[in-house]
Amino acid sequence: MLALARPLRTVAVAAAAALALPLLAACGDDANSVVVYNAQHEELIVEVAEAFTAKTGIKVELRNAKDLDLANTILAEGKSSPADVFLTENSPAMALVENAGLFATLDPAVLERIPANFRPTSGAWTGFAARSTVLVYNTNEVAEADLPSSILDLADPKWRGKVSFSPTGADFQAIVAGVLALKGEAATRDWLAGLKANGTQYDGNNVVLRSVNNGDTATGIIYHYYWYRDQEEAGENSDNTALHFFGDADPGAFISTSGAGILANGKHRENAAKFLDFLTSAEGQQIIADSYALEYTLNPEAPLGRKVKPLAELMPPEVAISDLDSATVVELMQEANIL
Amino acid sequence: MMATAVRRRASPLLLTGVVIVALTLIPLGHIVVATVAMGPGELGPLLWRPRVGELLGNTLKLLVATVLITTAIGVGAAVLVSRTDLIGRGWWHALLSAPLAVPAFVNSYGWVSLTSEVQSYAGAVLVVSLSYYPLVYLPVVAGLATLEAAPEEVARSLGRSRVSAFLSAALPRLLPAVLGGALLVGLHVLAEFGALQLLAYPTFTTAIYGQYLSAFSSDAGTVLSGVLVLLCVLLLLGELIARGRRRLVRVGRGTGRRPEPLELGRWTPVALLALVGLVALALGVPLYALAHWMVVGSSTEFPVSELTSALFSTLGLAAVGAALTVLMAMPLAWLVVRRRSAASTLLERSAYIANALPGIVVALALITISIRVVPALYQTVPVLLVAYAILFLPRALVSVRSSLEHAPVVLDEVARSLGESSWRTFRRVTLPLVSPGIGAGAALVFLAISTELTATLLLSPIGTDTLATKFWANSSSVKYGAAAPYALLLILAALPATVMLARQARPREGAR
Repeated sequence: MLALARPLRTVAVAAAAALALPLLAACGDDANSVVVYNAQHEELIVEVAEAFTAKTGIKVELRNAKDLDLANTILAEGKSSPADVFLTENSPAMALVENAGLFATLDPAVLERIPANFRPTSGAWTGFAARSTVLVYNTNEVAEADLPSSILDLADPKWRGKVSFSPTGADFQAIVAGVLALKGEAATRDWLAGLKANGTQYDGNNVVLRSVNNGDTATGIIYHYYWYRDQEEAGENSDNTALHFFGDADPGAFISTSGAGILANGKHRENAAKFLDFLTSAEGQQIIADSYALEYTLNPEAPLGRKVKPLAELMPPEVAISDLDSATVVELMQEANIL
Repeated sequence: MMATAVRRRASPLLLTGVVIVALTLIPLGHIVVATVAMGPGELGPLLWRPRVGELLGNTLKLLVATVLITTAIGVGAAVLVSRTDLIGRGWWHALLSAPLAVPAFVNSYGWVSLTSEVQSYAGAVLVVSLSYYPLVYLPVVAGLATLEAAPEEVARSLGRSRVSAFLSAALPRLLPAVLGGALLVGLHVLAEFGALQLLAYPTFTTAIYGQYLSAFSSDAGTVLSGVLVLLCVLLLLGELIARGRRRLVRVGRGTGRRPEPLELGRWTPVALLALVGLVALALGVPLYALAHWMVVGSSTEFPVSELTSALFSTLGLAAVGAALTVLMAMPLAWLVVRRRSAASTLLERSAYIANALPGIVVALALITISIRVVPALYQTVPVLLVAYAILFLPRALVSVRSSLEHAPVVLDEVARSLGESSWRTFRRVTLPLVSPGIGAGAALVFLAISTELTATLLLSPIGTDTLATKFWANSSSVKYGAAAPYALLLILAALPATVMLARQARPREGAR
């Protein structure tokens, strides 16, 4: 009988052990820590967090997921959220949390370090890094002279079958939000309809880059760092391609801002303030600039440098960061049958 | 007096069964309620839009092609292995079953990482068919193993050729196995997310995920889920109708004689070539890709601590999930076997409906419900475990039920008559008898959870990574090398269940 019951007991013991694990892990909570809900690239924030801990002795507990996952988690958790700090890749998710009134206003000393166009006037959060929209093109398929002067041109029938993009997730949404803020609903609707007709949809900017490099599609809409990172590694997925920056205040030169904010109901408010202070300081920004990430740093004291086209030369359009409306963007993308 | 006593004793059990089944019906109920609540004004524009038509076209195109191809491959391979004089048939059986151990999304990763040519309709059909043909092959092999010689011999004595006798007398009797396998393929294709996402082939499942990423839990996502579930239900009904009322009975006693194997003769090289080709495509390509990326991939690294932490959270979730699922299956199985009534049959049937629910639908429904109704549970392990239980309850139920059917109720009655309490009878008599079935059910669920991607991706608490989600994070961002170690562990996790299934459906030796 004992022998027969063994599978059952094994399962029970394993189950008990597995249930006990999270409890043990929860015991590690202590006052000298800060809980960061992180939607930025994990490797990057780990580097920043390690330097922060080395400097202050404050332990950083990272919870990594995507922009909307985390924003909605914070909304669901409400005032009882364990989050002290929220970091995103793109700003619309920050706006979601700000509109729910869950952010604490940041220290003016922190805000002053970041140029005003990379943070909302409310001071509820700030940008700490940025990425530029670019058109990556296969140099065998498209001549430099034939490149479009505006991202809106990609909706033109002459680009049919020659453009790819990754519509799911926060990256592309932020670009559409930029177009929407600059050109209005009607123009955005037409543009999306054109893109749908002309384009191939992939899941992820890396996949878009690879497809352009393979010649599966001639051009692709991505953020700049995907290309630069691949070039720094081995160029495996980008050696047949080059980047086209739209510039000239075109919607295609839109810069998306990665945001950082402090949760008003966090249990470690002081530590959170220290973390934001470090993240935006010249020291913290230099870590981002020196990392593999190749995203733009925003504190002018620690520019990105490297071989990336400098932030100052991008000539982005003027978009008020708090005008980015993600609800309408999703509606328009659904209307265009992209989602 | 006696009757009321029995009924009173049975009712808490029935109540438990109702609660369990109600839990498994939450996602379906949510979709129905949410869709109805939307009203035609909102529902109309979300449902009657070109995107839905496009997804429907894509999904059906893929469904029809893969079902036909997997059926052809599965039946063909099964006949070759079971009914011919092919050499090394035991080895072929192992090799032909093995692709089941490569999760479809790992297989796609193998193909996509070698050539982007497969990111097309034809590519999706090819890769998905190669992943799922064992779902037809295995039941047909099992079906062929039970066939006896007599009907075919009668057909031959009436002047039919060997092949014609096989086609007319044996094949119809395989129909339930073929249909069952084809149905499984269909349900898998409808639920498949990871493979199709990597193959850049949009279907309802991938579109629902896109909705989730862009708009979180939105009405549009719910509507797409509703259409997908409808497709699954139609597929189930279609299979029921195709199976029809035909009865397959054997008249006569004793052990049936095995049919003589068909001699392949000069067709032997063709058959061998076909099987070699099939195994090379279905097993060779993904394994080659895996080996390639393990050895030469530039992003290959062995982050031992990340690997082990993903491994442990996978094992932990699978263990608890399997225990929970089996615990839920037990009262249901008991009701069906020992307290058979209209109500208990209805409960069991309802529990099987979950079989038709794709992981993405269950996950999205649980997200929406937890965030709106019980925000405290959103992004927690319990919700993920509930999703696993809903998805895999049918697998546990089948095992527990069949072992309970083989535990004679008379033994319980003897124990009771000797003065044992009902609890002690259950513990000392029934439980030992059914524990192999419970163990098998738990093992099946354990393995299913350890390679589950879709629901885990959406529901795993922040900071909890499983092998599947880690693999996904890497492979979907084109870090093929970094994904390789996880792919390897996933294959190892899927291997035991594959061996178990392949052994259950072993071709029998023909009479020689």
